[in-house]
Amino acid sequence: MDRGGSNTGTLLCLNLSRRNPPNLEASLLDDQTNDQSVLKQTPLHDLHLSLGARMVPFAGYDMPVQYPAGVMKEHLHTRAAAGLFDVSHMGQVLVKAKSGSYADAALALEKLVPVDILGLKEGRQRYGFFTSDNGGILDDLMITNRGDHLLVVVNASCKEADVAHMTANLADCEVTLLEDRALLALQGPQAQAVLAELWAGVSDMKFMEVREVPLHDVPCIISRSGYSGEDGFEISVPADKAEDLAKSLLEHPNCEAIGLGARDSLRLEAGLCLYGNDIDTTTSPIEAALEWAIQKVRRPGGDRAGGYPGAARIEEDLTSGPVRRRVGLKPEGKAPVRAHAGIFAEESPESPVGEVTSGTFGPSTEGPVAMGYVPASLAQPGTRVFAEVRGKYLPMTVTALPFITPTYKR
Amino acid sequence: MLKFTAEHEWLKLEGDVATVGITQHAADQLGDLVFVELPDVGAELTKDGNAATVESVKAASDVYSPLDGEVIEVNQAIVDDPSLVNSDPQGAAWFFKLKLKNIADADGLLDEAAYKELIA
Repeated sequence: MDRGGSNTGTLLCLNLSRRNPPNLEASLLDDQTNDQSVLKQTPLHDLHLSLGARMVPFAGYDMPVQYPAGVMKEHLHTRAAAGLFDVSHMGQVLVKAKSGSYADAALALEKLVPVDILGLKEGRQRYGFFTSDNGGILDDLMITNRGDHLLVVVNASCKEADVAHMTANLADCEVTLLEDRALLALQGPQAQAVLAELWAGVSDMKFMEVREVPLHDVPCIISRSGYSGEDGFEISVPADKAEDLAKSLLEHPNCEAIGLGARDSLRLEAGLCLYGNDIDTTTSPIEAALEWAIQKVRRPGGDRAGGYPGAARIEEDLTSGPVRRRVGLKPEGKAPVRAHAGIFAEESPESPVGEVTSGTFGPSTEGPVAMGYVPASLAQPGTRVFAEVRGKYLPMTVTALPFITPTYKR
Repeated sequence: MLKFTAEHEWLKLEGDVATVGITQHAADQLGDLVFVELPDVGAELTKDGNAATVESVKAASDVYSPLDGEVIEVNQAIVDDPSLVNSDPQGAAWFFKLKLKNIADADGLLDEAAYKELIA
């Protein structure tokens, strides 16, 4: 992505050579693991190539940024019908207590994650984050109660560090990164209809529910969740069966393959954070407006309050309010405001107050959308601030997130 | 006379005025454009300096001035409807007209055959 550049246009036409992926598509994340010579491939790599994908390095993997339809059409198709995303680069990790008890595994992970994991019911999923000693965020993750163990899904760029972190800190637990499974995301209002072709029972599932189900006699773990703001599913499937499953889902006339480009614009319209952009070790979960993920039992006064890295800072933010907040930003004009654009209280360089962390043109909102951090005093929806773009100060309105109306099946 | 640059711009030369746009290849690579910013009429551009900005959903890209000159006209139609650049980049979706400082400088640009070889 254009992280290395500034908010002035990164690249250009200069780099449209066919041999190398153009810079403009280079990546969605700022990471150091994109050495082309050692890129890993997901089990769907051949399928991506056969579908005409434009491949780019992302978090150490050779991934499809878009297919021939392009980011705009792929985004709109996902909101109108159903999109299939390869997210096999993400880390799927089993956490199992040596005692065989779910409660032991849950209480162990609660020492790293300020979320009620013990209270998570079997077959349910919950969002959380690993916190750092200073109260920042090491990674965000999805946590599932799988009966006698936990299944967690973590970001590709953090998965080795996350596994090391859990292995070092979860006493009496076995932590296993699943190298033999792929992960597909099926998102959009037609996702249920597409999956129903393989499993009629899908309509009974609720948002954030997880079930183990055979698809074409292959054991899959299906969650009703995603990263688009739409109803949808994530399907964990054995790696050697992933291509067959993807092809059978794509046989449905309403289901198209969607690349990482549209995945990014979909999640931004949905107000969802991208680790490395919107949250990182310098942002507390409260600054990031993620306090909804910290249940009462883990907050000050709760039965299992604290007991995780950085609790003192996070509890102070919860009690006193953070100094700055992540907010939605709606530029008033047509120009997209990109990550790293400075935010100013006035139309002048003398009043810097924050920074845009994600920004794009929202195909569904039909205008630019962004997120960023501003002082708490400027975080109220309706507040006007300015972004510096190519030397100009463009007005933006602080806006409640998400920018679209989610269609989750609660 | 039609000329090209390695930065994927085309120039149509008429007297000392060059009409400038981006090539079909560039438009295809950039994908659906959602925003175009053009220079002001009267702006003095220098070769390889920033002249315009185009943005897709994914990224912003700069368009450089192919030669030295003064902007005498810009195409408001592509500001109003950036998708025109994708549908007709080498026709209706020209970017700006440049009154060249030195017409002879255009001799150093690529002809169509050389440009096609570049992107082949």
